[in-house]
Amino acid sequence: MEKTAIQIKESDHVATATVELLPAETVIVSGIGNGRPLRVEEKIPRGHKIALRDIAAHEEIHKYGEVIGIATEAILAGHWVHVHNCRGAKGRRFDEIHARKQGE
Amino acid sequence: MKFKGYRRADGSIGIRNHILVIPTVSCVNRVALDIASKTGAVTFMHPYGCTFDAEENTTTEDTFIGHGRHQNVGAVLVVSLGCETASARRIADAISTTGKPVEMLIVQKEGGARSTRDTGIGIVERLKGEIPAEPNDEGDVSELIVALECGSSDAFSGLTANPAVGEAADILVGAGGTVVLSEITEMVGAERVLWRRGKTDKIKQDLMTLIKEYEIELSMTTQDDSGVFISPGNIEGGLTTIEEKSLGCIYKAGTQPIVQIVKYGERPTEKGVVIMDTPGFDIASVTGKVAGGAHMVLFTTGKGTPTGSCIAPVLKISSNNDTFKALREDIDLSAGDVLEGTKSLKQVGEEIVELVMDTANGQQAKAEYFNIQEFAIPNVSVVRKEVIHQKLAEQNDFRFQQ
Repeated sequence: MEKTAIQIKESDHVATATVELLPAETVIVSGIGNGRPLRVEEKIPRGHKIALRDIAAHEEIHKYGEVIGIATEAILAGHWVHVHNCRGAKGRRFDEIHARKQGE
Repeated sequence: MKFKGYRRADGSIGIRNHILVIPTVSCVNRVALDIASKTGAVTFMHPYGCTFDAEENTTTEDTFIGHGRHQNVGAVLVVSLGCETASARRIADAISTTGKPVEMLIVQKEGGARSTRDTGIGIVERLKGEIPAEPNDEGDVSELIVALECGSSDAFSGLTANPAVGEAADILVGAGGTVVLSEITEMVGAERVLWRRGKTDKIKQDLMTLIKEYEIELSMTTQDDSGVFISPGNIEGGLTTIEEKSLGCIYKAGTQPIVQIVKYGERPTEKGVVIMDTPGFDIASVTGKVAGGAHMVLFTTGKGTPTGSCIAPVLKISSNNDTFKALREDIDLSAGDVLEGTKSLKQVGEEIVELVMDTANGQQAKAEYFNIQEFAIPNVSVVRKEVIHQKLAEQNDFRFQQ
């Protein structure tokens, strides 16, 4: 059976691997359609996300057609997207609240 | 999309024609169970009905009333002990305004449990003749209220079953129907998404306040920030942000605007995507949405669960084919082909809409195999709410101030 990664919405920047993906493998991106091939550039654990296209630093990262976080560095297609290169907006807002409270 | 159902005196349309036996206090559960077992009527078992907390008492009564007034119920028998705080009279009166037959029995006045059971069986047998025999009335999908729920989730629930239900929700709402999303605990983290989705500023603000209340409650009960930040286990599993985690759950409601926020057990008056204030506990969440008039429930699950409702079909949709095969007798449909790449989310979404219409037309859900089911209300203590409101004021939350 071919390895698949699930893309939820057309506008999404990432798909989620249903099995572990290894460098140089081809993964079939399913979910929204019947699947297109994508080259894996980096080891991606099962349940983790793979970039479907190049994402610039500070660009919003979309999944479910919505923003799930911001890229903290440039991410190339086929690479792993996770806490090392993607940060949530909610966490940052709490930092800001904390900073504002400190300043009071 | 049309279906054949039971048009009620109040104009609503039911997809089932149950006779419901309501035990108003846990002390008489067994009497209600006995009547239902011997007649084929439906009932539920619960630990409520006698409490010194006024808010809990009202919620208990209102949830019973919501079940009695439900479109899927043709007639009701209220079984009371006689000394409980829940008012059997208020419950029976509120149900009878729908125009359906309502009877009441009080165990302390009937001469005991067995005498009440015998009289109750006679009443149910008579009520069978007073409700329509066949579903002869035409209903439209725009009259349906479909509740959305997830439970016993796994790593794939947010990738297959929930998005597939989201596709189905978009089709149902597009045809004029209503879907009800709840479990506010799961929305902590998805505020920005939900903010954008709210149809009016009032809906946006109300939803933010509601989510904040649950966030405070979570921090009170768990002693950590598990509701605000994702856990190391989540991160190991591949979830990167709290937004992503919450979206996996709320995406069941699809992409259409949120048109109304309703209280626990309250019936929506708008059509479209509605949010109900319920906790994350499956049983209390399903009970609230059914009390609020949901004809049926789309329940996504990763590991599988047999839970149901005694008056509304609860349809199980598994995230993977292994669970579907292992629990074939409890699960109605699998979204697992999406994982294998052999079906798209849209295709499974269309299958779910077909299942909804078949169920509306009388096809039995797997969870309907038994006429006695679960029932729970949330913890609604007045004291607890006061603490939450006090903390809300103290914390002076300014997440959405510009």
